[in-house]
Amino acid sequence: MPRNLRRWGPPLLMISPSLILLAVFVYGLLAVNAHTSMTDTNTAAQATGVKPSSFVGLSNYTDLLTSPDFQHSLKNLVLYTVVFLVGTMLFGFLWAWLLDRPVRFEGVFRSIYLFPMAVSFVASGVVWRWLLNSNQGESASGLNRLFQMIGLDFLQNNWWNNVDYGIAAIAIPAIWQLSGYVMALFLAGFRGIPEELREASQIDGATTWQMYRHVIFPQLSPVALSAVIIVGHMSLKAFDLIMSISKPANYQTKVPAIDMYVLKSSFHYADAAAVGVILLVIVAALIIPYLVHISRAEKRA
Amino acid sequence: MTTTTEPLTAPIKDAPTANPRAGRSRFSAGRTLKYAALLLFLLIVLIPVYVLIITSFKGTGDASPTRAWNLPQHWTMDNWSAAWTALSPAILRTVEMVIPAAIISSLLGSMNGFVLSRWRFKGADLVFTLILFGMFIPYQAVMIPLLKIMQGAHIPSGIPSLIILHVIYGLPITTLIFRNYYQSIPNELIEASRVDGAGMLRTYWSVVLPISVPSFVVVLIWQFTSAWNDFLFAVFFSSSQNGPVTLALNNLANGALLQNYGVSMAGALLASLPTLLVYVLLGKYFIGGLMSGSVKG
Repeated sequence: MPRNLRRWGPPLLMISPSLILLAVFVYGLLAVNAHTSMTDTNTAAQATGVKPSSFVGLSNYTDLLTSPDFQHSLKNLVLYTVVFLVGTMLFGFLWAWLLDRPVRFEGVFRSIYLFPMAVSFVASGVVWRWLLNSNQGESASGLNRLFQMIGLDFLQNNWWNNVDYGIAAIAIPAIWQLSGYVMALFLAGFRGIPEELREASQIDGATTWQMYRHVIFPQLSPVALSAVIIVGHMSLKAFDLIMSISKPANYQTKVPAIDMYVLKSSFHYADAAAVGVILLVIVAALIIPYLVHISRAEKRA
Repeated sequence: MTTTTEPLTAPIKDAPTANPRAGRSRFSAGRTLKYAALLLFLLIVLIPVYVLIITSFKGTGDASPTRAWNLPQHWTMDNWSAAWTALSPAILRTVEMVIPAAIISSLLGSMNGFVLSRWRFKGADLVFTLILFGMFIPYQAVMIPLLKIMQGAHIPSGIPSLIILHVIYGLPITTLIFRNYYQSIPNELIEASRVDGAGMLRTYWSVVLPISVPSFVVVLIWQFTSAWNDFLFAVFFSSSQNGPVTLALNNLANGALLQNYGVSMAGALLASLPTLLVYVLLGKYFIGGLMSGSVKG
C-alpha cells in the first residue's frame, strides 16, 4: 500500500486539480447545458429560478431548426466559413510559397504578414467598420472611396449591409487577421521537407513547377488539414468581429453565436442553451475525427 | 494544432540555400515578379494600419469623406488623450486580470504536461484527448450553466470571474504545449534524478522546472495575448464599469451617439499596444505558441 501511494500519489496530486476543474467546467457544464436546452426556461422568472421549469424534450430544437430566422443564421455561418477558409488558405499558401526559397528581408515580410494575429478582433473591427462603410459616390469613405481614387468605381458596394451576402464582407477582416497564421503553418511545412527531395527531382530533370507539383505540394497535405481544422473551427465560433463591426440585432450579419447572446440577454436560457448544443455538434463533427486521426498518428510515430 | 516536438523557439527553419545574395546579379523576370507580389501584399496588409494611424491624429477639420485617405491637415493628440481618458481604467484592470491568469494557468499546465508526458498509465491517451477537446468547444455550449455557477458561488463579476475563467479554459492549451516540450527532453535526465532517489515531485521541482524556461515564455505570452484579446467571456461576465479593455473599446466605438472615428481608432491602437509590443520584442516565442496550438477563437 505505501508503495502504491508513493507511485501514484505525486502524479495524482499534480494533475488532479486540473482534471477536476476540466471535468466540472467542460464536461459537467456541457451536460447541464444539454439538460437546460430541453426545458422551457424561456422567461426571466424561470431563468432566475423564481418560477419552476419543466422538461419539454427536443421541442426547442425543432422550433429553432424550423424557424426561417435561425436557418438564416446557419446559412450565414456556412457562407462566412467558406469565404474565410478559402481566403485564408489561398493567401496563406501563396505567401508561404513566395517565401519558400531564400528571399531578402524574409523576416520583414513574415512579421508584417503575421502581425494582425496579435491584435484583438475588437480592435481590428474598429478600423474595418470604417473601411467597410457602405456609403457610395459623393459620401463614400473607406474602401469605396479608395476604389474611386484608383479608378475601380465599379467595385463599390454596400459590404455588410447586403442582406444576402453581407456576412461575406465580415469574413474579409477575418481573412486579414488569420492569413499570416496559415502562412506560418505552410512555411514550417515547406521548410520541413528534406532538401534531398528537391535535389533528387532536379537530377531527374524535373522543372521547378514539376518539382512543386509532384514532390513538394503532396507533402503539405497534413499541414493543409491542420490549417483547415483550425481556421474552420474558429470560423464556426465567429462572434467578436461581428459584434464589433455590425450589431447583434442586425439580421444580415447574424450567426448562431450571435443568436445565443441575444437569446441569453432576453432570458431565453433554454433556447440559448440549445443554440450552444447545435454549435457544439457542428464543431465536434469537425474536431473529433481530427483528434482521433492525430492520436493514431502519434501512436504510429 | 501540430503535435510537433520541434524546439518551440524555432518553429520555422531558415531557408536552406546559404546565400540569398547569390541571385542578386542575375535579374530574372520571375524574381522581379516575386518581389513585386510580396511588396503588393505587404501594402495591402498595412492598409488598416495606415488608416488607424492617420485617423487617430485627425481633428474635426478632416471630417469630410473626400479627405478620408489623406494625411491629417493638422496633426492633433486630442483623440489620443480622449481615448486614454476613456480606456485607461479598463487597461489597468486588464493588466490586473492577465498577469495572474497567465501565471496560474502556466504553472498548472506545466505540472499536467509533465505528468502526462512521463506517466504511462492505461487510458493516458484518452485523458489527454479529453483535455484537448476542451480547447475546441464553443464556449456558447457551457455559457448558460457557467453564468449560474459563477453567480451561485458569489464570485464578483468583472476581473475576479474572468481570471478564474481564463485559468480554467486555458488549461488545455497550456497542458498541450508543455506536454509536447517535456516529451522532447531525454529520458536519461529524469532517470538520473530517480536513481539519485528523488521522487516525482522533487524531480519536477529541481530538474524539470529549471529547464522549462523557454516553454514558460511561450505559454505565458500565449495566455497573456489570448486573455488580453478576449471578448466573449468579457461580454458575458463583466460590464463596462468592471470589464477589460476589449469591452471598454467596443463601448467606446459603438456606444456613443455621435460616432467619432478619431477617438475610437486611437483607442484601438492603445488597446493593441501591449500585445503588439510583445509580438515585436518576443516574436519568435509568440510564433512558437501559435505553432504548437493556436486554436482559441
